[in-house]
Amino acid sequence: MRKIAIYGKGGIGKSTTTQNTVAGLAEMKKKVMVIGCDPKADSTRLLLGGLAQKTVLDTLREEGEDIEMDDVIKGGYGETRCVESGGPEPGVGCAGRGIITSINMLEQLGAYEQDLDYTFYDVLGDVVCGGFAMPIREGKAEEIYIVVSGEMMAMYAANNICKGIVKYADAGGVRLGGLICNSRKVDNEREMIEELARKLGTQMIHFVPRDNMVQKAEIHRKTVIDFEPVHGQADEYRTLARKIDENKMFVIPTPLEIEDLEQLLIDFGIAN
Amino acid sequence: MSFEKLDDTMMKTYPTKVYRKRKKAAMVNDPGEVKEIQANVRTIPGIITQRGCTYAGCKGVVLGPTRDIVNITHGPIGCGFYSWLTRRNQTRPENETAENFMTYCFSTDMQDSNIVFGGETLLKDAIQEAYDLFHPKAIAIFSTCPVGLIGDDVHAVAREMKAKFGDCNVFGFSCEGYKGVSQSAGHHIANNQIFKHVIGSDDSRSDSKFRVNLLGEYNIGGDAFVLEELFEKCGIELVATFSGNSSIDHFANAHTADLNLIMCHRSINYVAEMMEVKFGIPWTKVNFIGAGQSAKSLRKVGAYFEDPRLIARIEEVIAEEMLKTDEAAAEYRPGTEGKTAMLFVGGSRAHHYQDLFAELGMKTLAAGYEFAHRDDYEGRRVLPSIKVDADSRNIEELHIEKDPGRYSQALQDRKAALMEKGMEFSDYEGMMAQMEKGALVIDDISHYEMEKLVEVYKPDVFCAGIKEKYAVQKMGIPLKQLHSYDYGGPYAGFDGAVNFYKEIERMVNTNVWGLIKAPWSNQSAMSAKYAGGKHAVASHT
Repeated sequence: MRKIAIYGKGGIGKSTTTQNTVAGLAEMKKKVMVIGCDPKADSTRLLLGGLAQKTVLDTLREEGEDIEMDDVIKGGYGETRCVESGGPEPGVGCAGRGIITSINMLEQLGAYEQDLDYTFYDVLGDVVCGGFAMPIREGKAEEIYIVVSGEMMAMYAANNICKGIVKYADAGGVRLGGLICNSRKVDNEREMIEELARKLGTQMIHFVPRDNMVQKAEIHRKTVIDFEPVHGQADEYRTLARKIDENKMFVIPTPLEIEDLEQLLIDFGIAN
Repeated sequence: MSFEKLDDTMMKTYPTKVYRKRKKAAMVNDPGEVKEIQANVRTIPGIITQRGCTYAGCKGVVLGPTRDIVNITHGPIGCGFYSWLTRRNQTRPENETAENFMTYCFSTDMQDSNIVFGGETLLKDAIQEAYDLFHPKAIAIFSTCPVGLIGDDVHAVAREMKAKFGDCNVFGFSCEGYKGVSQSAGHHIANNQIFKHVIGSDDSRSDSKFRVNLLGEYNIGGDAFVLEELFEKCGIELVATFSGNSSIDHFANAHTADLNLIMCHRSINYVAEMMEVKFGIPWTKVNFIGAGQSAKSLRKVGAYFEDPRLIARIEEVIAEEMLKTDEAAAEYRPGTEGKTAMLFVGGSRAHHYQDLFAELGMKTLAAGYEFAHRDDYEGRRVLPSIKVDADSRNIEELHIEKDPGRYSQALQDRKAALMEKGMEFSDYEGMMAQMEKGALVIDDISHYEMEKLVEVYKPDVFCAGIKEKYAVQKMGIPLKQLHSYDYGGPYAGFDGAVNFYKEIERMVNTNVWGLIKAPWSNQSAMSAKYAGGKHAVASHT
């Protein structure tokens, strides 16, 4: 089983990209589990056709320690298995600790011992504290893909996440699999992200163009592949899924100094 | 070996950076020329310190001895359990039905899910449960580390529950363990909240003439009982003691007293300062440890009230009490004369107990505090030059104003007149000015330094706490705990002095610890050699 974590700046489209890609893998008859590591518990909504998921932490809280795997894992599009870690409402408690508790619980329940080809962790925004780094610690996830765009703060976040990967690379064996560019139609975006990837020692695994179809499918609580299988955007996600499936490039990234990052933006962005 | 050689024997083993920092915290004393000592700074990670945490200082030290407040620890169970009556404070409720919660241990017993989803509901439930069970006058909430990390608002919960009950004062303390350099931060936080939520809430006053508060006396081993009796004999009313053998009712009208007497300057000077600003009550430093100091402190009270009958009565009591202590000193001193002691404890005890040892003809070779600040060593005159660091800024500084209705200008006028005559107010000279020339002063002594001192100077008795006790005794030296008195005491006042003389004479003449040898110290079961290498040598260069 390949264990993959998707990181990236908040609002960059991690959950959307993850679910659309997972739909592509599911179409390829791969067996995939998706674990949403966001207190909002909206990482599996497109696969499940709505927010029908009871989170691990809510279940733990209401039913106590004595829970079954079926209580927290729900079947979604293409026989995907969907889990939401869940967490406290904003401003209360500790969401990071929630993720740690939840992943430990999934391990105890044997969620990782199922017959699976892939487990995807969809992790909230920046790695704000140790809890959100949980998926890349202790060998839980082995491959990281960072969703990024040509906007400065997205690239800044990607670089920071790389620092986190370096930190845990030795201990946990985690590696960077590549950058996924989720286009914001910034000037020279493709070239800039390709260059960023090169500087980080990795690849831009795919450039996902911006298309309103993604939004449209989302409103209908579906992935593009599910909602409009013949649309060109569906093929983009199929391509991304295939590239991830065939990916052999796993590296310990070389994060940039902030000056280098700014220079990149000047060279490719505002200077042109 | 002279203390000047200390560098060679002790500090030079440290790595360079540690050496530089620790060296500032250790010096040979010169009372004529008190030098600057490093104090109240974070302990270097890796060093085994004597210090406790902020929570311990707040709950254990200042609020712990009060019997009728339900003290709830908000956190996982360990903090509550391990702070359960560990300081051995004693208390005597007014009668058999009066409230006494000191023997209980209240905790919210936080679990993983309370960390994740927040612990405020759990806390409310705990407060409600305590209220339903005991209907106490007051409930206090103490925050442990995880509470600060997850951001539970204990103060909002306290306000809500107080309003809900109507007849129970509920207040919280943001005394998370990590918050300060040591337990000292917890004392300050405790002082602030007691001042904000309790002191001044009851204006009733008795009609006795000489009314004082005793601050920084925590009734370890019954010290407060001895002092209460002593004050009563002299005809002085103790309005409130902070906080040995105390009730929250005493705190509530502490502001009606005419004078604040401070025993432990470190833990409680904040309350005294704030009471002076708001109510005009002067404060003066006292010490009731040792017969001579007890007499001096009582005379100070007499001098303050300038009442000939009170002064005469105090002299009578002193004369009577001194008969006992003189007789005891004569009996025990032959066994203690010329012996040596080291004291590493507290924020005032390492200073105060030197007087008791002096009365036994014993020399204090070395002394230091666990959690004191520079003013406790060098005197309050250095207060303006103490750097306010980030750790101190972390603790709320209350802005206090004069209470126009209750401020006593008369007391302030009396203070001014007495100061003209040379009486000291609002001052503490510190430990170093009163300590012998050539003695050693070390702040926040490390376990390693302690072992080195014992090994090199072999004092006849070492005074510290439970963490140090067995290590020192294994080195053949008796250790007297001055946090809990080893189930002995009381040691305060004149009766206490007699107890202490007797106890120390017994300890310094019983070399039982020196006689016990570990089996492996005579004959080695195996031999091994340290291979050395890069990490083996941590020397000072």
